[in-house]
Amino acid sequence: MEYVFYGIAVSCLILSWVKDRQKTLKGLRKAWKSLEAILPQLLGILLFTGIVIAWTNPETISRVIGVKSGWLGTVGAAVVGSLTLIPGFVAFPMAAMLLTNGAGYTQIAAFVSTLMMVGVVTFPMERMYFGTKVALVRNLLAFLFSFLVAGVIGWVHGM
Amino acid sequence: MGAWNVKGFLGRYRFFLAMGLLWVGLYFGKTDLAVSSLEVCWYSLKEMLIVIPPIFILVGLFDVWVPKEKVVRFMGKGAGFRGVLLSFLTGALAAGPLYGAFPVAAVFLKKNASLSNVFIFLGAWSTMKIPMFLFEGQSLGWKFALTRLCLNIPGILLIAYVLTKMLEPDEEQWIRQQADDLTLR
Repeated sequence: MEYVFYGIAVSCLILSWVKDRQKTLKGLRKAWKSLEAILPQLLGILLFTGIVIAWTNPETISRVIGVKSGWLGTVGAAVVGSLTLIPGFVAFPMAAMLLTNGAGYTQIAAFVSTLMMVGVVTFPMERMYFGTKVALVRNLLAFLFSFLVAGVIGWVHGM
Repeated sequence: MGAWNVKGFLGRYRFFLAMGLLWVGLYFGKTDLAVSSLEVCWYSLKEMLIVIPPIFILVGLFDVWVPKEKVVRFMGKGAGFRGVLLSFLTGALAAGPLYGAFPVAAVFLKKNASLSNVFIFLGAWSTMKIPMFLFEGQSLGWKFALTRLCLNIPGILLIAYVLTKMLEPDEEQWIRQQADDLTLR
């Protein structure tokens, strides 16, 4: 499943190679150039994420989101979600674990939503592509929107 | 040229180098934390290697094979509802973290997709990916995942609308120029 994109990319590459070698080489050169343009950021993000995640283990996070942590817990959850960059297949089981440990649905929703939509760590990269204004406003709106999501999900689960 | 190259390298990699220094500091302060952070790095590196190379290959091939007119027709200013739908779908069918979406967005912009459609694509990629949705439902319950999905559609549209409205023509120009520079001519 994880390698499905390799399958698609390689199939397209072969098809392209058969149709036009020159064009394919040009495409690969472009692929490399655009990767090389963001490689420094990617490597920086990699190290940064490692350091931050090593710091914020599930225990730290559950202390913030905690049992019945209320509004402050929701804000804390949203801040943690914005600052961290955890792949979904790690984050969802972790969130499920926090739920069984007594964290509220509202807090978990704030965490999940900001985790996916808000990227403080990737901000420099986003800024490079879209400029400061777009990167700032998009992240800010996504952050605020996550509170709406958190509120509705808390309400739905309380019914 | 040597000195210039070193300076250019230091400039471009300053964030990475700063993180490297931070890690070294951590190693001397809290060795166990530094070691476990390397484990996380290895994990994220594997995640990057799974998604990043195919994404860039596809972006490169898209760049040489798909003509501008096609993108304009399907995702441009006049593409209407079909363009919106297509932007949602391309984002939702993706895999990988948000930073993988930026180069794809850049190649769309370069081919004159409308700004609002590119922002919709970004939003869908960030939070509506189908594989993630299935996983979310399994781990946090379908009520949770479905509620979030239903809210995300209008949320993404609203954010895309605000972002598009707030940009001046010269700012849009700058973004398209930047997309051009970052994907190379």
